[in-house]
Amino acid sequence: MPAIDIDRLTKDFSVGFWRPRPYRALDQLSLRIEQGEVFGFLGPNGAGKTTTLKLLLQLIYPTSGRAEILGKPVGDLEVKRRIGYLPESPYFYDYLTAEELLHYFANLFGYSSVERNRRVSALLDDVGIAGERRMQLRKFSKGMLQRVGIAQAILNDPDVVFLDEPMSGLDPLGRRDVRNLILKLRERGCTVFFSSHVLADAEALCSRVAILADGRLVATGSLADMQAFQVGGWELVVAGLGTASLDRHRSRIRRVTPIADRRYALELPLDPGPEVLLKDLIAEGAHLVSLNPMRKSLEDFFVQQVEQEPVTPARPAKRAV
Amino acid sequence: MRAIGYIAVNVFKESVRDKVLYNLVFFAVLLIGISFLLGQLTAGQDIKVIKDLGLAAISVFGLFISVFIGIGLVSKEVDRRSIYSLLSKPISRQQFIIGKYVGLVLTLLVNVSVMTLAYYVVLGGMAWVAGGWFLPAWEAPAVDPALLKAVAMIFLQLMMITALALLFSTFSSPILSAALTFGLYIAGHFNADLHHFDTVVASKPAGWLAKVLYYLLPNLSPLDIKAQVVHAIPVPAGYLLLNTAYALVYVTALLMGATAIFMRRDFK
Repeated sequence: MPAIDIDRLTKDFSVGFWRPRPYRALDQLSLRIEQGEVFGFLGPNGAGKTTTLKLLLQLIYPTSGRAEILGKPVGDLEVKRRIGYLPESPYFYDYLTAEELLHYFANLFGYSSVERNRRVSALLDDVGIAGERRMQLRKFSKGMLQRVGIAQAILNDPDVVFLDEPMSGLDPLGRRDVRNLILKLRERGCTVFFSSHVLADAEALCSRVAILADGRLVATGSLADMQAFQVGGWELVVAGLGTASLDRHRSRIRRVTPIADRRYALELPLDPGPEVLLKDLIAEGAHLVSLNPMRKSLEDFFVQQVEQEPVTPARPAKRAV
Repeated sequence: MRAIGYIAVNVFKESVRDKVLYNLVFFAVLLIGISFLLGQLTAGQDIKVIKDLGLAAISVFGLFISVFIGIGLVSKEVDRRSIYSLLSKPISRQQFIIGKYVGLVLTLLVNVSVMTLAYYVVLGGMAWVAGGWFLPAWEAPAVDPALLKAVAMIFLQLMMITALALLFSTFSSPILSAALTFGLYIAGHFNADLHHFDTVVASKPAGWLAKVLYYLLPNLSPLDIKAQVVHAIPVPAGYLLLNTAYALVYVTALLMGATAIFMRRDFK
């Protein structure tokens, strides 16, 4: 049984006041996510990621198509017991403290007071806001609210968790914590479905991804297998490189970008590998600063996809801007 | 059922934290201030006036709480998007609506109870100053238990108004909801005139329309028994029961309507 089974899910909204016309936010999306997967749902703003998540949480109803979570239709109360959801830029009751909010939600799951206290205390520690547990949420920063949002999403040890832009609003430390948390969830067999527009997040965490553009699925699979994201070259950053040495090896370098005095970013072709050139440069007195594979960015991919595929007749109206 | 209770308690908590109960202080100050003034100005009539004013104040304060909190019960959750996390928990949309309603009724119950207590304390104080619990110039005792009947009827009116505000809150903006609820509150007090409208107009369609509106709009005037209790006119138990049943059926219908609308709503 798949964790999430989406079959030709479509959502139209009405736009315009006097002459409402349909606008297709999601077009015939079909996906199957197996249990235990960390699945990245990628796409630029307005691609339909949040619409999909809202459909899976039954916050909106589909125009056509259907979706099941853990073998049951979305919205089923038994399903809701086994899932967690972090909305994008979450907002909670600002008159409550973080602790009260989690107790309120824990009550809705029917936990005993002992169990509730145990879960709430552990979660507040896990997401790093134990020190602010008695502070009203109105005093929380965006990053702290995001942490509260993550805590409430995993309060019930869910089998499937939906995270809408979980890294949004977090500082580097927070992003690292969320990554670790997702990895921990994966270790205990939880299916994680998270949306993002940052390719690096998906690369670090996901077994598979789906890429959405303009409401349509444009690619699915593992990032490593996707032709568009395969390594196309290398970026080598070196320091202590003399101009004579640079000129000598110019034919082996695609592009040179000076960064500072005797420090350069060198763009190298995929073939031959960077090892030989690097060895030669080091022999001539340069130092390695960094070496990274170069891939097409997610943004480039979106642009290419959107330009390649014309608007299909299935789309009843022009996209609202 | 438990989920409804938790949602209701949260609404009550919100009211308390948002300092809604501060109105009780205003109520007490208003009532004590007016009773003091009346003591200086009137002879013998002061107790009747304060009974009238007290009941009117309970009604008005309750109305403001019903409308101004009621109109935000659903729309605030949707606008601020706190509903996203809440509805992902194992609760149904029906439980959400009923819980919100019960929470505000609970807030009103606490408010009306405390206002009634303050009301009786002021009446008791006036009787003590006047030198007796039931002076010959008065139509009823100062601390008259019959006043509770009027308070109960006011509470039923507030329950109806709250259900109306909640219904509007499920599909319209807070400002429009407030305007509609206040409008219906006023219309509800003149609703009885619609019942026999067909006898004073020649146009049959106008008569029918008035009849339809009579049954559709909240009929609040029968629930207003302030004048009767203040003037010690007996109010039969059967009358009270019938109107209580009417109010509860009306509230149920409104909540069913609110749920039906809310069940179909998309939270964009």
